Amino acid sequence: MAHYLIGRLAEALVVLIIMSFVIFFLIALMPGDPIDVMIASNPELTPADAVRLRALHGLDLPIWQRYVNWLTAALGGDLGFSRNFNRPVFEVLLPRLGNTVILLGISSILAIAIAIPLGIIAALRPHSLADGAVNLFCFAGISIPPFWFAILLIMLFAVTLGLLPAGGVEPIDGGGLAGRARHLILPVAALALASLAGFTRFMRASMMEALRQDYIRTARAKGLTDRRVVIGHALRNAMLPLVTIIALDFGSLFSGALVTETVFAYLGMGKLIVDAIFGNDFNLALVALLMATFVVLIGNLLADVGYAFLDPRISFRSLEARR
Amino acid sequence: MTSFTPIAAPASAEPAPIPLWRRFLAHRLAAICAVILVAITAAALAAPLVERALGLDANSVDIFNRFGPPDGTHWLGTDELGRDMLLRLLYGGRVSLLVGLAVALGASLIGSTVGVVAGYYGGRLDSVLMRLTDGFIALPVLPLLIVLAAIDLNKLPIPAVIADSQAVSLYRIIIIIALVGWTTVARLVRSATLSVRTREFVLAAEALGATPPRIMARHILPNVVSPIVVATTLSIGAVILLESVLSFLGLGVQPPIPSWGNMLTNAQELMSTAPHLAVYPGLFIFVTVIAFNFLGDGLQDALDPRASQPKGF
Repeated sequence: MAHYLIGRLAEALVVLIIMSFVIFFLIALMPGDPIDVMIASNPELTPADAVRLRALHGLDLPIWQRYVNWLTAALGGDLGFSRNFNRPVFEVLLPRLGNTVILLGISSILAIAIAIPLGIIAALRPHSLADGAVNLFCFAGISIPPFWFAILLIMLFAVTLGLLPAGGVEPIDGGGLAGRARHLILPVAALALASLAGFTRFMRASMMEALRQDYIRTARAKGLTDRRVVIGHALRNAMLPLVTIIALDFGSLFSGALVTETVFAYLGMGKLIVDAIFGNDFNLALVALLMATFVVLIGNLLADVGYAFLDPRISFRSLEARR
Repeated sequence: MTSFTPIAAPASAEPAPIPLWRRFLAHRLAAICAVILVAITAAALAAPLVERALGLDANSVDIFNRFGPPDGTHWLGTDELGRDMLLRLLYGGRVSLLVGLAVALGASLIGSTVGVVAGYYGGRLDSVLMRLTDGFIALPVLPLLIVLAAIDLNKLPIPAVIADSQAVSLYRIIIIIALVGWTTVARLVRSATLSVRTREFVLAAEALGATPPRIMARHILPNVVSPIVVATTLSIGAVILLESVLSFLGLGVQPPIPSWGNMLTNAQELMSTAPHLAVYPGLFIFVTVIAFNFLGDGLQDALDPRASQPKGF
């Protein structure tokens, strides 16, 4: 197992370095450079100053050399400063990362907790009214523009009914845990919907597949109640493929978080990335994007490990062979 | 995939063949969705005719008539600049549908090429291509698209005429979404290619000395068309959603070109003053995307009943 984990982590590191290279170059292609921003905010800067500043910050070097400089510093633990926050990038990132993990965690758990019973109900009576309703709900869930759904939620619950806050992380005066929870309700609902629909469709298919297996017939023949057949035998096996889907879904979950955080002004990684790109805070954008990639890769890895733990037929050796 | 597998299947498991169109119509919902999509497309294409019939101009700004309620002239009211909402929606539909179709076709082209090459050659090339595909699937796509959408085209070796033209945001969005959207088709085509690869007609063509490109193009691709069609249809909906998200964030299709997504850019500020402006474009996106998804689902049943059996339809 240790061997497998080390292999996967090394792979994640390689992906991260490739990504840093790609993103560094793309960001260099964005309009304006740090000195342009300084000139715009300080009319006393002369063109000669700009040239001097570019040389001072190494911005006159060729792009590959700038990348090597950045990478050397980053590997040595120096991720640089955020221009807009005037603080080390890492200090800005860490609390945002925490907020995003809370948002992602709660909405994933919610999505899974709803998807499993819905999928079972649909799979037990295919073509019934209940199945049709679940199917319609799933199609609606994957077809609705996520930001629009979020806006509709705000219109209904914040503007019209005035029940919940329209955005932010917590009330201005703090408000403690209850205040934070109230601010999480709408973003979590908005984010959970898309994955919920996908998970439910998958759970239904996987459950129907499980119900067709021989051991189900055996279990029924033994005289077990429907309840025990479904929950004790079919569900356990139907859950396994769901773990894979959840793992593959991490990337799109993060994309969803970016949209949700932007609409609800929720101070997480997604909103930070959007703001950093719009605010020409390139170093922050670069590190935040890499951090997001890292979180997604780790999520994938955890799901693969979890899969091996849940399914006794799969050993880490076979996982290695599969690679 | 049905047409070339029945030999292995026991005859009793195969129900009497039902004509393709009947199976399709049996999925009534898909048929209704096809009609809805044709109607939306026709309306979008007819935008200039509607414009003339109503005697309006889609781009004429009328600041004395902002946020106008629906009336005889402006059927769906007016937006924050006093422009006619209905006409903007129709012109926006042209853009959103164009992006959806163009990206879906482009992504299918890339995905089919990757998939058929990986499946046909196998070996190391296959594993490299599939690792690449898996890597793409795992990445957080939206942040990457945002970076790609924000780059300055003037810093690339692109003629200034194109880089500064008004329509460039449209081409850019089509290209960048296609660049990240090909993975599903690649995986499907690869697995379909693997199942065709060792069939007699492929072996015969190889024995006759056909070159690999010819075998892939003439013998394999025509036999893996069903999964491509289904995946392409399903991806149109996903692309329209992605375009709307990027445009909503202000990084997609740029005004004054209207798209359903960028019409919602200001929706958040407008929702208390003029909710209809925040509702209509989203509703159009929603209906179009759900219709494409149901259509793809129906096509899957019609073209590939075997694959859909586990779903029980």
